[in-house]
Amino acid sequence: MSAAGTPLLEVDRVRMTYVVGGLIRRRGVRAVDDVSLRLEAGNPEILAIIGESGSGKTTLARMILNLATPTAGTIRFRGADVTQIRSNRQRMAFMREVQPIFQNPFEAFNPLKPIDHYLFFSARRFAGARARIDFEAKADKALHQVGLSLAEVKGRYPHELSGGQLQRIAIARALVSSPSLIVADEPVSMVDASLRMSIVNLFKALRDELGVSIVYITHDLATAYYISDRVLIMQRGKAVESGDARGVLDNPQHPYSILLKSAVLSPDDAGRPMSPADSAGRPSAHSTSNTE
Amino acid sequence: MSPAGPFSAAPERVLTVRDLRAYYRTKYFGISREVRAVDGISLHVDRNEIYGLAGESSCGKTTLIKTIVRAIRPPLDVVGGSVTFHFAGRDRDIHALNDSELESIRWRHLSYILQGSMNVLNPVRRVRQSFVDFAHRHIGKPMPEFLRHVESHLARVRLEPAALDAYPHELSGGMRQRVTIALATVCRPDFIVADEPTTALDVVVQKDVLGMLREVQQEIRSSMILVTHDIGVHANITDRLGIMYAGRLAEEGRTVDVIRDPRHPYTSHLVTSLPRIGDVTQRRGLEGAPPNLAVPPTGCRFHPRCPLAMATCRAEPPPMVDVAPGHRVACWVTAPPDKPVTVQ
Repeated sequence: MSAAGTPLLEVDRVRMTYVVGGLIRRRGVRAVDDVSLRLEAGNPEILAIIGESGSGKTTLARMILNLATPTAGTIRFRGADVTQIRSNRQRMAFMREVQPIFQNPFEAFNPLKPIDHYLFFSARRFAGARARIDFEAKADKALHQVGLSLAEVKGRYPHELSGGQLQRIAIARALVSSPSLIVADEPVSMVDASLRMSIVNLFKALRDELGVSIVYITHDLATAYYISDRVLIMQRGKAVESGDARGVLDNPQHPYSILLKSAVLSPDDAGRPMSPADSAGRPSAHSTSNTE
Repeated sequence: MSPAGPFSAAPERVLTVRDLRAYYRTKYFGISREVRAVDGISLHVDRNEIYGLAGESSCGKTTLIKTIVRAIRPPLDVVGGSVTFHFAGRDRDIHALNDSELESIRWRHLSYILQGSMNVLNPVRRVRQSFVDFAHRHIGKPMPEFLRHVESHLARVRLEPAALDAYPHELSGGMRQRVTIALATVCRPDFIVADEPTTALDVVVQKDVLGMLREVQQEIRSSMILVTHDIGVHANITDRLGIMYAGRLAEEGRTVDVIRDPRHPYTSHLVTSLPRIGDVTQRRGLEGAPPNLAVPPTGCRFHPRCPLAMATCRAEPPPMVDVAPGHRVACWVTAPPDKPVTVQ
């Protein structure tokens, strides 16, 4: 459908400035500063955006989802500037194509609503299903793609399901409209270690079998290495290093990337407990004030 | 009875937990429910040792340590077993102490770093006042001297004295976590219990905070129980590691042995499923969901998810068996009890 040269997503030098403080001490914080990235159409891939909290990765995700408007720069989806979306019809078309998955599955769903409500709602709004049988079929199909079925979740409330199941349902909900891009903000950080890999493997399957591109936001270098094709490392709003995932993470060049990699606590370290010298002498790598 | 390690000439036992059972019991409209969050756990911790506890959420880790520090409130109830601390040359069964004895032990001998402890500081009081509230009466020095002591202690976690004048919201997450570590260690307690002390922190800050925690612990020579589900943290900081599954210990041993040579299928899964940088081989998640502890599976509680399960596993719970010095496993398949069963 898209012309050969048109990328799926093109983020061009975006910047986001938040104003903090009152009338007297007003200052701008650049949450995202001059970040560019590009996802090609017809070549589904997983792009990991890595950084610690405060590095602007969630703000970038919100801008890609068109939940926040960049202060400067443009974001184009299939060649169209997302900030120029005016009509409801255009907006629905965009949301059909770009779907979010959030960090905490326990907070993403209203505890007072049965979980199938979300699937049916998405099916009605985005997949054009009108009759009950229609949207139940769509929901069931999406649930099968994540290894569940409608029979298992129908009429159940969020508290009856485990975190891993809820996150799968959140992914199924995003799949109902057959999107071409999924923006997943820390999708496994609230999921138990024993279930984490099944979610991560699911993202791989979405890319390989359904051709969905995924922007995977994380601070976990190990899972990023495991699933992503490309990485973008962010520090204080700036992209400091990007490129092929294996290349960058095997051999990081930027000091911040090296610091991030050295902070990974690997189970292979067993037997040589962290020496105090590891942390002594190094300034605390904390970033809170990215003030302009 | 003590593990014959290279450095265990005569390890001083600081904590002994024997067959501890703690259940949540509720009764509404005549329907009673019992959640067996801790069901028959025995373990011990030696002086100057960090004991790690790992397991997925709702496996009873937090209940176990709440019971160990006697921070229990209904519906949680201790049903059986004992928790004995050895402080200042005396054995103290923490569940047999009266309130004033408990008061005298807390903070001075036993301190507790809570989960999400960046939020334990009183938001409307300066950090200095939190120190005075918690620790002044235990240290028993005149106020100026006490504050000098606190300042020098804060330097151990690389915080400036100015942090004492700050309100908690003025500090970053990592700094608040260091304040709570300083709070928990300022009385030089014999025993520290840390529940997920770094889970809410960033990767980079986490490593710093863990390094400081270990540094302070080594300096004041206290023992510690560290609870986290992150095996990477355990590998880096703990000396011995206990793996919990559904209210019971599945495996326990020196951290290096448990991680390099896991015997219980659950431990093997936990260790092998972790992705590592530099390795892209396919990893698998564990099928199934953690069991409901109100109706735990019969026999070995891991059997519904276990790839090696056999008939015995469904019928009877496996005993803890020594597979190597100091390495205990509860599994019918990988550690059959041909030797006499260890004394619980």
